Amino acid sequence: MSDGGLDPVPEGMEILHEKAAAFYGRYERKAELQHQTHYCPGCGHGVAHKLLARAIDELGVQDRAVLVSPVGCSVFAYYYFDVGNVQVAHGRAPAVATGIKRARPEAVVVSYQGDGDLAAIGTAEILHAANRGEPITVIFINNAIYGMTGGQLAPTTPVGAVSTTSPYGRSIWNEGYPLHVVETLASLEAPVYLERVALGNAKQVMQAAKAIRRGLENQVKGLGFSLIEVLSPCPTIWNETPVEAQKRVREELAKIYPLGVVRDKTSDAPMRPARKAAPALSELPKLLEIEENGVRAAAKADSSVDWRIKVAGFGGQGVLMLGEVLAEAGLDAGLEISWLPSYGPEMRSGTSNCQVRLSGKPVDSPLVSKPNVLIALNEPSLRKFLHEVVPGGYVLYNGAAVPEDCRRDDVRVIAGEFARIADELGSSKAGNIVALGALLEAADVVGGEFADQALEKLVKRPGWLALDRKALQAGREVVQKERRHDNE
Amino acid sequence: MGKQLIKGNEAIVKSAILAGCRAFYGYPITPASEITEAAAKYMPPAGGVFLQAESETAAINMIYGAASAGVRAMTSSSGPGISLMQEGLSYLAGAELPCVVADIMRGGPGLGNIAPEQADYRQVVKGGGHGSYRTIVLAPDSAQEMADLTALAFELADKYRNPVFVLADGMIGQMMEPVEFLPQAVAPPRHDWAVEGTAETRKNLITSIFLEADELEAHVLKLEEKYRRCEREEVRSEEIRTGDAEVVLMGYGIVARLLKSVVEEMRAEGWPVGLLRPVTLYPFPVEAVKRLAGQASLFAVVEMSTGQMVDDVRLAVEGRRPVEFYGRSGGNVPSTEEIIRQVKGMCARHGVMAQEPELEVAHV
Repeated sequence: MSDGGLDPVPEGMEILHEKAAAFYGRYERKAELQHQTHYCPGCGHGVAHKLLARAIDELGVQDRAVLVSPVGCSVFAYYYFDVGNVQVAHGRAPAVATGIKRARPEAVVVSYQGDGDLAAIGTAEILHAANRGEPITVIFINNAIYGMTGGQLAPTTPVGAVSTTSPYGRSIWNEGYPLHVVETLASLEAPVYLERVALGNAKQVMQAAKAIRRGLENQVKGLGFSLIEVLSPCPTIWNETPVEAQKRVREELAKIYPLGVVRDKTSDAPMRPARKAAPALSELPKLLEIEENGVRAAAKADSSVDWRIKVAGFGGQGVLMLGEVLAEAGLDAGLEISWLPSYGPEMRSGTSNCQVRLSGKPVDSPLVSKPNVLIALNEPSLRKFLHEVVPGGYVLYNGAAVPEDCRRDDVRVIAGEFARIADELGSSKAGNIVALGALLEAADVVGGEFADQALEKLVKRPGWLALDRKALQAGREVVQKERRHDNE
Repeated sequence: MGKQLIKGNEAIVKSAILAGCRAFYGYPITPASEITEAAAKYMPPAGGVFLQAESETAAINMIYGAASAGVRAMTSSSGPGISLMQEGLSYLAGAELPCVVADIMRGGPGLGNIAPEQADYRQVVKGGGHGSYRTIVLAPDSAQEMADLTALAFELADKYRNPVFVLADGMIGQMMEPVEFLPQAVAPPRHDWAVEGTAETRKNLITSIFLEADELEAHVLKLEEKYRRCEREEVRSEEIRTGDAEVVLMGYGIVARLLKSVVEEMRAEGWPVGLLRPVTLYPFPVEAVKRLAGQASLFAVVEMSTGQMVDDVRLAVEGRRPVEFYGRSGGNVPSTEEIIRQVKGMCARHGVMAQEPELEVAHV
């Protein structure tokens, strides 16, 4: 091996000079010089392209191949490759490749990325694609510099190396150490094949050819994620002759980035289960739990109905559920409905409310700022919302009596220990339904049969349904008792 | 099909699948997470793909991949996540790829809060990404419209080969209302431009790079022509009592629902108000605004922001009429009483008087 000239071709190998079929004969997508590539003399991309094209030929997958090319000198790979081409944003190729591969599992998807693309801006995308074991092939060209943009520092630039953005040399204190991609990915369970190769001489190129072919073959066989890191010369930016640049690949880069197979699980990689066949279109409504015809709106409601209900209490008291039962019952009763919850941290940290409108006319605002029904399952809710209730409205309060300072003579107040009553029936959690029973007895909001249907729909467990039905009746009795008391 | 009570967020997913969507890539964020959750539940049995991505950036690029491969694809997020998707949206528009994005707006800027706001208007309607592109924006004001406009979004996305937004707020997303879905599921269409990894599609190229200045200009002008066509053909709006309105109220999403109450209550007191609700925010209902500017004496815009859509109203009014604004932020939702007070104040400033209260008319 001489430093001044090209290396001899290793024994038993020969150089193929004809163009791979996976390349276009003439590069018509290029504006000019359509017989040659845009790559500089001695650039590793030309070689890597050729190895990839030949692997595509050998595996017979030209029609199935989809090449994803993000930002970098190889963004124009679609000039050359006569395969499906998708050009993408900087660093995002593994995410795009994921979207393509999952949409078209038969496609052979190759993400062809440089070091700035993959090892800097695209670290999240490559790490997670690898970790998910996306069955794609990644060709990672590492030339330790940003070539396309004119020689800025890459995450893979050697310590001490000068670039336009490390004019004093890469410092471990400023930019840290060169990033080792295949070793990093080897810490993950999922990847099946990770190898680092180089383009420093003919022998290395031959090994790179094998590795790239294997990376592609793995995908054809349905195995998981494969990545081939290719240490590649960039004579122009390195300001070297092609021969010098190859020497640097061999003697400098390959020392920082050891060559070889870092992961090979191809013989025992679990087979990816085939995706289930898509259901017939006619089955979709059922799969989506969309209700069939005729169940709803048998009743026709009176257009003057206008219930504006606010339900409030602590989280866990079934505030939203109570609102939902009212809404479902209203829907069955042929009313127009809206149900609006408080959501988020408020819901998580203790207090909860929901606003329900049941109306004979289309609901305009779903917000209830002037309720004609307030169901307050605790005292803070009563204090917070009592003043909003319109005169003539109903207030249902979960307590033996409303506090002295919460009295109002212009609304109908029904106080009862709903939770305690429910507790005696089996669980205080049904206190919300006791309150509902009281409301339905006191005011003609919706017919009892609709409330019962709604409970049946919403409460799946038979034990709870039985309890809720008892709770509903117990709530009615609270009001009936009060009525008898008034009449006496 | 019958009506069912359902959250707006969930209605989006069911409607999307019925409309032929077979890929959902998303990242959870309140108040949009129910969309991601429903997609996780319903997409696989429907024969589609669901994946929770590592970030919104990755999610929108997975959408780019799915759309490149010719699959109807969607994602969802809210303010901060939409900000992260803007890069991808620019690429999608540049590469002329269809997709649907649901933005269930929350409070901002920064982390803000998770309560409803309408402050993503600018980044969504005006385009938060780089370059001369637009996204089509549909603004539902009910759970039913969450379903209907999602289905329409897929049609428009394919028709224009462009991203389409369904822009709603936390309230419209979280609210349950009765929804009736499409009677029949739509078969996912095929596109001859897609890259499917097949012999027929081998020559296809998805790209947004045009190296030569003239080439890129031609591409940008082609996109622009598409947007002009969209402005001619796709404008949608709803009007209530605008026929004789002296004051035109304008708002979208949850605010439009409030304004419907406002119109009803103020009309009952004799105030000559009407509502113009943009259903498409881009293209904006410019002609409707211009027409009403010919008859009305005042525009009153209400938003849950410090005023974003109001800029588009002013552009359409072209200075011919005063445009007043009332906004709430931070997750505060104005009550109808509050809006009525504000509108009456605006009327007083501009000399609009209440007339004799109208007699109760039968609702048809």
